[in-house]
Order: sequence, then structure tokens, then C-alpha cells
Amino acid sequence: MSSSTSNTSTHHTSTIGAIGAPSRRNTELALLVFAVLIPVFAYANVGLAINDQVPAGLLSYGLGLGLLAGVAHLVVRKFAPYADPLMLPLATLLNGLGLVAIWRLDQSKLLQSIGQAGGKATNQLIYTALGIALFAVVLVFLKDHRVLQRYTYISMVGALVLLLLPLVPGLGANITYGAKIWIQVGSFTIQPGEFAKIVLAIFFAGYLMVKRDALALASRRFMGLYLPRGRDLGPIIVVWMISILILVFETDLGTSLLFFGMFIIMLYVATERTSWIVFGLLMSAAGAVGVASFEPHVKQRVAAWLDPMREYTLSQTVPGHSAQSMQALWAFGSGGTLGTGWGQGHSELIRFAANSDFILATFGEELGLAGLMAILLIYGLIVERGVRTALAARDPFGKLLAIGLSGAFALQVFVVAGGVMGLIPLTGMTMPFLAYGGSSVIANWALIGILIRISDTARRPAPAPAPSPDAEMTQVVRPS
Amino acid sequence: MNKPLRRIAIFCGLLVLALLIRDNWLQYVKADTLREDPDNRRVLIARYATPRGDIIVDGKSITGHAETTSGDFKYKRTYKDGAMWAPVTGFVSQSYGATQLESIEDGILTGNDDRLFFRNTLDMLTGKPKEGGNVVTTLSAAAQKAAYDGLKKRGAKGAVAAIEPSTGKILALASYPSYDPSSIAGGSDSDAEAWKKLDKKNNPDDPMLNRALREVYPPGSTFKVVTAAAALENGLYKTADEKTDSPLPWTMPGTTTQLKNEGSIPCKNATLRVALQYSCNTVFGKVGSDLGNDKMLEEAKKFGFTEEQFTPVRSSAPVFSDDMNPSQTALSSIGQYNTAATPLQMAMVASAVANNGTLMKPYMVDSLQAPNLDTLEKTQPEKMSEPLSAENAQILQSMMETVVQKGTGTTAQIDGVTVGGKTGTAQHGENNSKNPYAWFISYAKVGDSAPVAVAVVVQDDNAVRENISGSGLAAPIAKRVMEAVIDSKK
Repeated sequence: MSSSTSNTSTHHTSTIGAIGAPSRRNTELALLVFAVLIPVFAYANVGLAINDQVPAGLLSYGLGLGLLAGVAHLVVRKFAPYADPLMLPLATLLNGLGLVAIWRLDQSKLLQSIGQAGGKATNQLIYTALGIALFAVVLVFLKDHRVLQRYTYISMVGALVLLLLPLVPGLGANITYGAKIWIQVGSFTIQPGEFAKIVLAIFFAGYLMVKRDALALASRRFMGLYLPRGRDLGPIIVVWMISILILVFETDLGTSLLFFGMFIIMLYVATERTSWIVFGLLMSAAGAVGVASFEPHVKQRVAAWLDPMREYTLSQTVPGHSAQSMQALWAFGSGGTLGTGWGQGHSELIRFAANSDFILATFGEELGLAGLMAILLIYGLIVERGVRTALAARDPFGKLLAIGLSGAFALQVFVVAGGVMGLIPLTGMTMPFLAYGGSSVIANWALIGILIRISDTARRPAPAPAPSPDAEMTQVVRPS
Repeated sequence: MNKPLRRIAIFCGLLVLALLIRDNWLQYVKADTLREDPDNRRVLIARYATPRGDIIVDGKSITGHAETTSGDFKYKRTYKDGAMWAPVTGFVSQSYGATQLESIEDGILTGNDDRLFFRNTLDMLTGKPKEGGNVVTTLSAAAQKAAYDGLKKRGAKGAVAAIEPSTGKILALASYPSYDPSSIAGGSDSDAEAWKKLDKKNNPDDPMLNRALREVYPPGSTFKVVTAAAALENGLYKTADEKTDSPLPWTMPGTTTQLKNEGSIPCKNATLRVALQYSCNTVFGKVGSDLGNDKMLEEAKKFGFTEEQFTPVRSSAPVFSDDMNPSQTALSSIGQYNTAATPLQMAMVASAVANNGTLMKPYMVDSLQAPNLDTLEKTQPEKMSEPLSAENAQILQSMMETVVQKGTGTTAQIDGVTVGGKTGTAQHGENNSKNPYAWFISYAKVGDSAPVAVAVVVQDDNAVRENISGSGLAAPIAKRVMEAVIDSKK
């Protein structure tokens, strides 16, 4: 926050830029070494616990992760030298630990027998490579994030297409219990919602930057709240409707909540009107309650959340019910304070999606309360760096985009982790970076790439302005 | 725009805080509840993660363990001669729980018993896997084999119970048809199939029924030993050889029905010795109705009737009614009407007589051992009751010995051994429509001590009705069990 105030007050002076913010690239490199070594150590730990030997793939795994991290670091060093130094190491650490957990679940005979494990870690490493590649592409080709502003309305169309794809007959893949958020392309399944999250943030940022004054100023005061004009309500109604439609047709509470929440956050930041938050909460509550009361899939999820044991008992006899929620709770409880240790838990009992939506349960059981709190704090730290980037950004579009992406990231973590831990109803989304799944890993690396680009722009020393004709007359007071 | 940004930052912080609080709730506050939830499969996984302790007979284990190849349970139970020992061990199955000894002593066998807590904690610190303790039984391998083989050779439903009279140690507990508990110990499809085949619904033979402890049969004439004890104890007759007041034919009081004897046997005013030797229904029926319901019930209770026994495996309660008129009491006193007993109960009757009137509490667990074979608990023989005085017991012994020497039980004679016994043929089915149960209860005496008392019941649905007798079907099995015990003591 101090940086932003000093920026606004002093950024036209010629001398302040010459001091130069430290690039912090070496800090990033040092942190990256830890971010690679910790998962390598965990990987060895899994092998020793399950097979009593250091896993044969340890070297190639370590080299692979190290190489990817190294490439990412070099790209940042070259193309975004002033970027935030924490985001890349934190994402690498989560991604590496996720790989270890997926590999650990690959060893489970139970999961192998139901086709939920075996070779998934290798796939995930490939997805990670693709993700890092997209991360590099973002940094190399997106020299300035403000370029994205040009694509505001294309983004809108793109986001809508991505969101609607799973509903296209023949393309939508109904993989999991009810939620229609996948599409099938050849032998691959893609979760377009993960990409829509980013594209939608670009659209909202571009749109709100243009409309924020109209939305903020033209309002009436009523009971202490600034109520927007009827015609300005349009966009929020439209987004709300889309969210509801997603909920009804794709039966995915998580995605719906995520998009609507992201819009509200960005609307609030753009207009500085608390009334939007109140409106947003009321509308999402009305939407969620309304849909949950008649949509059977959502209704069942809510029932399972209120009484997971009943859902578990039903799942033993009645088809269509799932034991997962209760199994996840047992996994967390069995882990206790310090956990069973890598490879010694039984989170495979969750069966379906044990390595994707429910991967947090494996961390909870095997690393315990201590380990899981650390993981949650790493997520918190990534979000904090994202918000800090938004604070530091000098242009409103960058601010809005950064807060939109960080807010969406935070909401996703909350919705997934809260669902798995039984804090809120379960939704079909994946834990960023930890969970198995190509779409999620690739999209989240792109998200980190954009945030790093914005933070680089924000922290980059302002270019020296042309020498001012009245420079001699101005006395510069240097901050000491 | 920075003010709302800071608020959003706080909001995101609250989201993470909510997750952290929830995590503490789950993994700290509720951790134990969730970890020990019986529906949590981890409880079962841990249970089968280490080899189970063994059940020991004569210093050798009759159980074992095997590693399973499929599923998440590592070890399953195996049984040696499982069918023979099933009435003793019960079963422990990965899919169907546990019964009998396997269930009652589960804590010791799995190593979860509190008495093993200190050892378990030490093992946990030193990294040793948890081990289960052993259950040492009182059974005799030789007697059990004789009993089971005898029933198997006969090929009929039946059961044997044998007791050491001076201590109450159970020496044999056989039931036929039986089942191999190994076949249902695992969690595979073949175990499920075996379970289905053993189920009473699909298998009229009900092989999983423990007939020695859990089935009550009308004891028929073997109950006359109890009636004789009641006559002596209540002073109705003082000796074995005084004439009784027994008219023939005898019409039951309050009815016009004559109680029948089997064939024309010398029952008119017969002495108790002769009446037992020939198995006179009229004599013992009249003794019962003369004594009355209350006195008969009192004596039967002293022998253990109407009570379940916990050996520690529970046996069913034998029946002797308390609301009968004189004719019903007469029928009950010859082991018909409502009277019903487990084979264990009838072995206790023979045992009390053989032990000079003192009934010892029957038990089958001699001691519990820690994994390092230290004794954790040893069962001490315990006096249960004194159904008859030593003098009366000796009178009854001489009567039962007469039965084997020259009465209905000659097929149980053993060279050089004094055997006392009583046969029984109990009616079965409505109006005696089904083949009767053949009974034999006996004891063997070597010198002054009686090492074994035994009860055998055989229900042979295929035998020709006329050939069914305690003497023909049951006594030979009792004889072999007694011989096995005597031989193993030599």
C-alpha cells in the first residue's frame, strides 16, 4: 500500500525511478530451490513408506520438476524481471506436492482396480509441462496486460462459449455424478470452466473499467445505501442469470458461485459501492436457495452436506448416493494433528475422484492438521500476493484483472476445500495445482502468468520521462 | 480503488481463516470421534493389519493366519480342522464379523485389550507391529477328535459335550454337521458364496448351529438321573435297593392316561436301581408327580436347568417348567413334555454325579496369554452348586454303573474302567412323528477319580425307527470320547 501511495504522489518525478525497485529474482530462485526440494523429499518419503525403498523415478521426477521450475524462472527473469518473487515458488510447491500425492494414490490397488489410479502422476507431469509452457507463452507474448483490454467483448463471447460447451450435445461428457462441466475431445476431457474463469475476468475488468463511473455515481441514496439506477442493474442481472443457468443446466454450484462471486468482487472494487455487495449476497442467496429447492442434484448435495452419515448409509444400498463426503471426513479425522505420514493413510477409500476433487483429504490424512494448515496458508499467501499486485497496479484495468483473478482463486480454494471438509455443500471443482486434471493445472498456470505480468508492470520502475523544461526550477526532495 | 481492494483482501483472509477453523474442528476436536467411528473402514483395516493371536488346544494352536492377496485387509484367519473345532472357536470373518470365542476374546486376539495397552505403547515407540495374544482352552484334542469323528461316522445330526467333573473344564464340544470357518474368513467372492451356502435359509442342515451349546433337545430318559437325584435328596427313597411304590399299569394323576413303558420290563414296585437299569417310565414318572413340580424344579435348577451358562461362550438355557400339574410333572420327569436340555447341560448332570455331588462351573478358557506368552488371566475352577450329597451321589453312581454293567447302556463298557451312564430316547415332532433323539450320558472312573463326563445326542433322520436307541447310536460315541480322555491321561 505504501508503494501505491508513493507511486501516485511521486511517479512523475524524474529521480524516483532511478533508485529502482529491487527485482527480487534471486529471492525467487532461492525459494524455488526449496519449492522443488520439498516435493522431492516427499516423493522419496512415499516410496519408502509404501515399498520400503527410494522410488526409482526419484531422479527423473526431481529433474523434471526442477527443469520446469528452472525454465519458468528463466522466462520470468528475462520477460518479467520485476515480478512478484513469491507467486512462482508457491505455485511450484503446490504443483510438486500435488504430483507427489497423485503418485502416492497411483500406488493404491483399490484405485487401480476402479481405474482411478495408475500412471496419473506421469500424465499430471505432462499437464504441468503444458501449464508451464502456457505460463511462458503468456509472459513472452503478453508484454503488457493492458493489451487484453482490447479484447473485452471478444472475451465475453469466448467466456460464454466456453461455459456453454458442456451443454452442446455430443460434446458434453457426463463423467461425474450429475455435474455437466466437462467436454470430450477425442480421448481427452476438458473442463472449459477453468479457462472461462480467466477469460471472464478479462471481460469483467474491461467492461467495468469503462462503466465504473456510471455505475458508481448515478445512484440514489436509500436507507444508507446507494441504489443503482434501474438501467445500470442490467449487467449484474445478466451475470446473475448466467450463473443461475449454469447452476440449473450444468448443475454445478461451485462454478456458478465462483463466477458470480468474482463479478461482485470486481463490481465492488470498480465502483466502491458497498450496496453491490449487499445486492450480490442477496441475489446469490436467493439463487442458491431457489435452485437447491427444486434441482434434485443440488438438493442431494445439500442434504449430504447437512447429514453426511445419512448419505453414507444410503450409499451402501441406494444407487445414486455417494459415500465420498463421509469418507473424506473420516480421512481428515483419522489424520489427526500430525497425520499418518506419506503413504500410510487410506484416503483411497474415497474411491472416485480421490486424486482430483478430494485430493485435499489425502493431504489431511497423511500430513495431518499441521500439514493441511500449511497448505491452506500457502493458498492464502498466493491470494495475498495477488491482492498486493492489484494494490500495486497503476492502471484500473490491471487492478480489476488482478483482483478478479485473485478473488476467483480464493473463492475456488474456499469452495473446494470447504466442500471437501464439509464446511459448505460439495461442488465439482478441483483444488488449484494440487488436484489431478489437465484443464485445472494449465488454466491456473496461465492465471499465475497473468498475475506475474501485472505485478511486473506494477513494480517496474517508471520509464524516465523526457527532460522537463522547468526541471531546474523544481527542487526534488528525495525520500530518505 | 484501493480501499475496496483492502476490504477484499480482508474478505479473502476470512475465507482462509474459516477453512483453518474448520480444519481444526475436523482434525483436532472431532479427530478421535471420526477415527474410531465403527463405520470408518480404517478401524477394520487396522484390525486385520496384524496377524491375530491363536486359540490353543493341548499346547498347539488350532488357528493360524494367512496374508490375503486382494482387498485392503492384510491378514485373514485360518483354522486347522476347522469343522471339528468350529463349535469351540466360532469364526472371525473379514465380511461377517466374529462369533463365540473369536468374538468374546477379540480384544486379546487382536491385541486391543486394555491389559495389553502398556505393551502396545512400548511396541509403538520401538516401531514393532502390534501383536495379538493367545487364548488357551481347556479342550482335549483327542476327546474332540473322538467326538467329532464319531458323529461324522454316524453321518447324522448330533452333538457331544464332555467335561472334566472335578474342575468343570470342557474337554470336547462337537457338533455335526459342521462347517469350516476358514471358508468364510476372507472377504472374497468365494467367501461370500460359502457364506450363502451355510446360511440356514439355504441349508436345512444349518451347519453353523452349535448344537452342543445352542440347541435344546428333550433329554428323554437321561433326565431320569435328575429325577432319581431328586427322589434321594428329598428322602422319598433312601437307597437304591428299596422297593418303590410303583403300580403297573400306572394312570397319571388327574387323567385317565396310562404312562407306558418301552416293552414289558419289570417295573412294578421296582427299586430305583432296577428302574434306572430298565428305564422305567412308570417309576420315575410317579416319583416326579409324588415330589411335585416345585421339588423337581428345585433339583433341576441345582443341576443348572433354566440358566444360561457362560463358558464364556453362552449356552442356551435348558427348560424345566414351573407351572405344571402332576401329570405334566410326571412327563417332565422322564424328560418329555416341555423339558429340554443342551448337550452341555446333560454332561453337567453326569459330571455332578461323578464328582460326588458337586457341580463345577463349566468353562473352556484355561488362560489368556500376552503375545510373549505371559499369562494375563487364568481361570480357576469354581463350584457352581451341590445338587446332591456325597452319599446320595455314590448311590446314584452305583445305579448308573448298573445301567452300563447289565442295563440299557452295555455298549459303553470299557475294559478296566468303571463306567456309569444312562440312555435316552426322546420323542421328537408332533405326536412323536419324527425319528426320536438318541441320548447317552455317562462318566468314566479310573480308581477314585472321574476324569470325564460326557453327553451325546444323535438325531438320525435316516435310521430305521426301531433301531434308534441311546444304546445303539449315542453310547458308542460316548465310549470313544471317554477312552480318548483316559488314554491321553496315561
